[in-house]
Amino acid sequence: MTQTAQPGSAVVHTANLSLEFSTDDGPVHALSNINLDIAPGEFISLIGPSGCGKTTLLRVIADLETHTGGEIEVNGVSPREARESRAYGYVFQAPALYPWRTVRRNVMLPLEIMGVSRQAREARCAHYLDLVNLDGFENKYPWQLSGGMQQRVSIARALSVEPELLLMDEPFGALDEITRDHLNQQLLDLWRKTGKTVVFVTHSIPEAVFLSSRVVVMSPRPGQVIDDISCNLSRERTLDIRETHEFLEIAHRVRDGLKAGHSYDDD
Amino acid sequence: MTMINRLVHQGAFLPVLTVVASLIVIWYAGAVYLNSTQLIDRYQKKGVDWDISRLAQDAWKMERPVLPAPHQVGVELKKTVLDKRVTSKRSLVYHAGITLSSSLLGFALGTLLGIVLAIGIVYVTTLDRSLMPWIIASQTVPILALAPMIIVVLGSVGITGLFPKSVISMYLCFFPVVVGMVKGLRSPEPILIDQMRTYSASSTQVFFKLRLPASIPFLFASLKVAIALSVVGAIVAELPTGGQGGLGARLLTGSYYGQITMIWSALIVASVVSALLVTVVGRLERIALRKLNGGQAVAV
Repeated sequence: MTQTAQPGSAVVHTANLSLEFSTDDGPVHALSNINLDIAPGEFISLIGPSGCGKTTLLRVIADLETHTGGEIEVNGVSPREARESRAYGYVFQAPALYPWRTVRRNVMLPLEIMGVSRQAREARCAHYLDLVNLDGFENKYPWQLSGGMQQRVSIARALSVEPELLLMDEPFGALDEITRDHLNQQLLDLWRKTGKTVVFVTHSIPEAVFLSSRVVVMSPRPGQVIDDISCNLSRERTLDIRETHEFLEIAHRVRDGLKAGHSYDDD
Repeated sequence: MTMINRLVHQGAFLPVLTVVASLIVIWYAGAVYLNSTQLIDRYQKKGVDWDISRLAQDAWKMERPVLPAPHQVGVELKKTVLDKRVTSKRSLVYHAGITLSSSLLGFALGTLLGIVLAIGIVYVTTLDRSLMPWIIASQTVPILALAPMIIVVLGSVGITGLFPKSVISMYLCFFPVVVGMVKGLRSPEPILIDQMRTYSASSTQVFFKLRLPASIPFLFASLKVAIALSVVGAIVAELPTGGQGGLGARLLTGSYYGQITMIWSALIVASVVSALLVTVVGRLERIALRKLNGGQAVAV
């Protein structure tokens, strides 16, 4: 077995990782031979069409699915141990807020579960709500917030656990483009400020290229990695960067990768 | 008062009044029709000349009518609800109190049993497979056949009075609660369950922080059915235990002595009791759901 990096140093390390679902119509290869090393502080986007296994890969990292072949380590241990040591924060496609809890109590939910003291809970909650620009909304209920604000609460909640690794599954997929641009900018700021490792699933090329330090292109049937592109855009980027030659070149390469993976085929 | 206000303000007052008025008209007509055979018989025996207006007048003031007229029931209700002391055995308030207490005890026991069974079914796979068919089968047995046996069996081991009657209410009540709570405890979306997993939450934490609050709307929908059933159960239970009183006993006494008006009065008091209980549960539901939705008004 070839290893591309020392497992100890990578936040996520996979070798020949595969996952087969058995269905009535026979086995489905959701993931096949994934070799990926994610270094601390990277912002990695997994991009590909629906059904390419990008969400499945994220769920395997989070121990929400179990791989059936190959190896995976998160922080040098198994995904299960990583989950149990609360190594990551997970942001879902939907905000997944509790309607009966205020914004503040929603953010404190994981902290209650983890047995963090009341004082520390309050402090962390205030800090992370401030970080996502939601101070002043502590006592609102989810229904009083817009979709974009709800998703920011969800991000603050994931951050409040203070994980080094942030797993995000198309967090802005359900939002309109204007809100999405705005949140992308905020997320980038956040990444710059906190230096966390982010694994970000998306099917938007501009979003992936704008946010990431590395874009991993995936293709379906079976889910595999087609291309692994590093983006050396400045960390101090603004939305204007999307008009630059550099940006377009990377976006073009991502699109080529998707094409090579037959993502644009009609079948 | 608030209910009348609401009726007036929402413009429902007139339609409701119209329905009530037409029901009363139909009732009066029905009283004439149903009592006519008996009266016409009597006229013919005595050789009396009669027309429809005389028939109607007589039909509405019969001593032992097949169907009493509304005002006759009204008079009986005034006599047995307002004029009698509450402690008197001839007061319908006294009997309603007896029925109410066994309904409420049965409702409480049934709700408790329903919730416990639902938790078992949701958390223990074996129970899910084995219990549900029995629970459904339990409700296919006619309660009228079962009630005397429960009373007799419990009576033979020395348990008498309120409790055996409550057991019958409980028997009817627990069913909607089980069905509603099983659905409610399973109602959180997969994404919320996954999220709890990412927090490495224990199953106790998932239960109290997620499943239980999520089940509240389902619980209240069931409770509204259960509270009405609990009154039915208590009345059915009072039929074989006639001597002890209660609205069921009044129904039975009325039919023994051919006092149809007495039966109607007891029926009306029973439905008023049910309606009040359902309203109370509905109020509590409104308050609970409002809290659960973060203060947002909810249509129930």
